[in-house]
Amino acid sequence: MSASLPQLSVESVTGIELSLPVAGPGARSFAFIIDWHIRLLLALAWYVVATLSYNRGFSLRPPTAYGQAWFTLVLVPALAIYFLYHPVVETVLRGHTPGKRSAGIRIVTRSGGAPGVGALLVRNVFRLIDSLPVAYGIGLTLMVLTRESLRCGDMAAGTLLVYQRDVSDAELLQNAAQRLGKLDTVGAEIAADLLERWSSLAPQARVSLARQLLQRYLGAEADLSPADELQWRSRIERLARPE
Amino acid sequence: MIAPADAPRERALAAALLARARVWQEADARARRFAHGRSEDLTDAVRLADDYRLLAHDLARARALMPASRTRAYLESAYARTHATLHHGAWRATSALRHLLIEETPCAVRWLAPYLFWTTLIFILAGCAGYALVHSYPELIALFASPDTIATVERGQLWTQGLLNVVPSSVLSVQILTNNIVVSLFAYCLGFLFGLGTLYILGLNGLMLGAIFAFVGAHGLAGALFRFIVAHGCVELSVMCLSGAAGAAIGEALIRPGAGGRLESFRSAALRTAPVLLACAVLLVGSGLIEGFISPDPRFSLLSRVVVGAGYWCLMVAFLTGRLFGRHASGELRACA
Repeated sequence: MSASLPQLSVESVTGIELSLPVAGPGARSFAFIIDWHIRLLLALAWYVVATLSYNRGFSLRPPTAYGQAWFTLVLVPALAIYFLYHPVVETVLRGHTPGKRSAGIRIVTRSGGAPGVGALLVRNVFRLIDSLPVAYGIGLTLMVLTRESLRCGDMAAGTLLVYQRDVSDAELLQNAAQRLGKLDTVGAEIAADLLERWSSLAPQARVSLARQLLQRYLGAEADLSPADELQWRSRIERLARPE
Repeated sequence: MIAPADAPRERALAAALLARARVWQEADARARRFAHGRSEDLTDAVRLADDYRLLAHDLARARALMPASRTRAYLESAYARTHATLHHGAWRATSALRHLLIEETPCAVRWLAPYLFWTTLIFILAGCAGYALVHSYPELIALFASPDTIATVERGQLWTQGLLNVVPSSVLSVQILTNNIVVSLFAYCLGFLFGLGTLYILGLNGLMLGAIFAFVGAHGLAGALFRFIVAHGCVELSVMCLSGAAGAAIGEALIRPGAGGRLESFRSAALRTAPVLLACAVLLVGSGLIEGFISPDPRFSLLSRVVVGAGYWCLMVAFLTGRLFGRHASGELRACA
């Protein structure tokens, strides 16, 4: 996530403001496309399975006359899955959907918290406007024009989408603390990460990363000639060893 | 490239900070547990508040000591999660629903009362205009009704006769209630166009109703049409005006924003009127069921239809004022103030 992303800054009682990077039209569209595929597949799956059961055979043809049971058991649930996917899933998962999770984004209020049911419903009702005239034309235009990439529904509900930075490597960080040798903290983290992933990396990648790290921290002193991979590893370990 | 040389003091501070990674991990895990509702332990909740302060303190240091590091990214993430967990508050479905029905919906309806008056007036005036238009120039009915409908009425029949022979009641109900809910949602959302969209929907529906009445009246079928719509129409038309009122409130919020600015005013109006919209959708489900099962069925007498229509309308009023759920008038004044 680059530093140039617009940030949602929220004042906190601790005096340390919360800073959340706002997701742009790209990440939002990516999430929407994934969700669209999911709801389409779910609705189609329901339609196919229910129609096959209804017809008691391998035929997906709807009945020629209005069939009450077919309408109630096949068509209405399939349409409900397709059209109610967003409000229901967002409400149950508190602002997440599978698509948003894949894109690494989530819905938050302007105070940085998860939105309530009312806000989520309003946000979804305004999809009627955002989806006009076709393919979310209004929504996309508004997203491009507004600094925080808001569509009409977000404006109405007071929500926005932010990146969810799920960095769950506390052990790695602790490891890095032990490696603050000649390195600064960022370098210690990189060295710790490289050594941990050493065996899973391709040989060329290991050597290339080790060379970059040594060059960065030893500069002219760096001897970049070792032929053996193990020597590269031991040089990184020496570099990262506490003084 | 020269290695960025940290001062020994800063490096010691960074090392001390990184040594607390285990504590951050515990804090993050606690926030996740609460966020997913997997903990109700009071001690744990108190510790979450302590975690919040601790994470804020360490994040401030990380921002200063290692601004572009993964440590900072980790702390930003943990801090954001703890903040969201602490600020989400408890949510109980039953009490939230009760609050919605007894407090939020009646207060929103009360707030919308002036808008409701004006939207109803606009709807009635549009209806009168439609009636006068088609009464004076009968050929203009082609603007409001399909050729099939016109031909059916000219044969001396209503298009609703024999409807149940073509479409079963349940199918008809679902089609009708879906259509009505979508129209109501549009009347609400189009308030976004500074209220003009809402006015258009209300005006168009009023014109159509008046025009159709004038047309069927000219063919001696006004009584039959009244008989058809009286059971479901009382609530359906009221709900149309109510969702129009909510849309008008949004329009006014955009035209005349308060001190907080246009966006804030829009957000405030949309969230304030949201419970009304939910109530409208619920009421339209009932109305659709009546329109599918009772209105087209010739076995129901006019009296029974009037009783159903009036009864459902009274139920709607009780629902919207919260009386149906035990809200009292004195409480109403106190809570909405």
